[in-house]
Amino acid sequence: MAQEQQLRVVLAKLGFDGHDRGIKIVARILRDAGMEVIYLGLRQSYKNVVNAVEQEDADAVGLSMHNASHMTLGPKMVDALAEAGLEVPVIVGGIVPEEDVQPLMDKGVAVILGPGASAEEVAQAVRDSVAAMHATQ
Amino acid sequence: MSLRGLAPAEIFDRAMGGERRALGRLITLVERDAAEAEEVAELAHARAGIAHVIGITGSPGSGKSTLTGQLVKLLGQAGKRAAVLAVDPSSPLTGGAILGDRVRMEDVASPDTFIRSMATRGHQGGLSLAVPGVVRLLDASGYDPIVIETVGVGQVEVDIAGTADTTVVVATPGMGDSVQANKAGLLELADLFVVNKADRPGANDVRRDLDLMLDLSHVSGHDRHSGMRPEIVMTTALSGEGAPEMWTAIERHRDAITDNGQLAARRINRDVAEVRNRLMADLERRVDDMLNGTSIDGVAQVLTAVGQRDLSPTAAAKDLATRINEL
Repeated sequence: MAQEQQLRVVLAKLGFDGHDRGIKIVARILRDAGMEVIYLGLRQSYKNVVNAVEQEDADAVGLSMHNASHMTLGPKMVDALAEAGLEVPVIVGGIVPEEDVQPLMDKGVAVILGPGASAEEVAQAVRDSVAAMHATQ
Repeated sequence: MSLRGLAPAEIFDRAMGGERRALGRLITLVERDAAEAEEVAELAHARAGIAHVIGITGSPGSGKSTLTGQLVKLLGQAGKRAAVLAVDPSSPLTGGAILGDRVRMEDVASPDTFIRSMATRGHQGGLSLAVPGVVRLLDASGYDPIVIETVGVGQVEVDIAGTADTTVVVATPGMGDSVQANKAGLLELADLFVVNKADRPGANDVRRDLDLMLDLSHVSGHDRHSGMRPEIVMTTALSGEGAPEMWTAIERHRDAITDNGQLAARRINRDVAEVRNRLMADLERRVDDMLNGTSIDGVAQVLTAVGQRDLSPTAAAKDLATRINEL
């Protein structure tokens, strides 16, 4: 069945970051790309995200970050998922300065999407990072 | 640590042992009707049948999710392991969905609460198979009660009402006049009415209209459960006001139908309905295969004859009906 391929993505903003315009647009983009988006929204903790990934059997986590907390919270999210034994890629979208991109990737973030990313790029990044995660298992 | 590559029975054992990730995976298998789903259903069915299943339904924006959140908060405080199955619509165009019900539940739910979001995936048939399957898994895993939360505007939720032991219909002020309350449909399925947003003007009018409607059901003898009149509870989901009363009313309903034998009868009906849905799905698949495929000789000729007006659709269907078992 075609549904076999349907991806489930948890979208969240961690901590105190109230800019949720972008994440709502990303939710819509992924929905329109045929995915099921489990939308957690604002002020989430790692624990909430880990819970959601477990219970929803999600394939990927998307984090929206606009308050310069990405270097702290991004890697922590990656570690929290790994600690729970969950093999899902973490995709960060939002405002990440160029010099932070590589360090974030080194710490396990799968993809970083900036303000210029098109809808197609966003959806493809999710698909690719899920495929890459499955390939390494 | 990966679940990939584990046999369904192994994942099942882990889920029963309390591993939530394993339960999450099993739900996916059942929801997608994957090859492993049959074995999982077999294992789960033997252990299920314990949990009280509550359906919460109402129009979009009536406050179902927020109410459900308040309910699981209470249940958590009472030391119960509750589960929520939140159903939201898929886009009919792309098949995608935004499932946003956790937003209103996550913060208030106790860590023991299991919340799962489910998309309708565009077809009622699939949902009517998937929902009982997922409920069975949650039940087998020891969650009790199980709350199914779904939007109430069409036929789908009627099916889901059939899955629940207690169906709660959420109404709000401003939904229309008393004529709306008398229209056939969802309202007739309620075991309990909740008038949410009770702090708003008009809430008492809604209550009065529902009351009047129930008076008439009583007269015409259409009560759903052998003369039990559904209660009406007023709530303000945002503040949590009325939520304890709602839970008490749900418990009262459960106790009443347990005592009068309705619960057992409903569950038998529910099982029969599920068998029927399975059979219908299988039949539908066979019919589609017959009409789309080339596996049976002569089908194309019959269809052509209909197109050329040599044969009526009724006669064609009669003819083809005798051949369904060839598939």
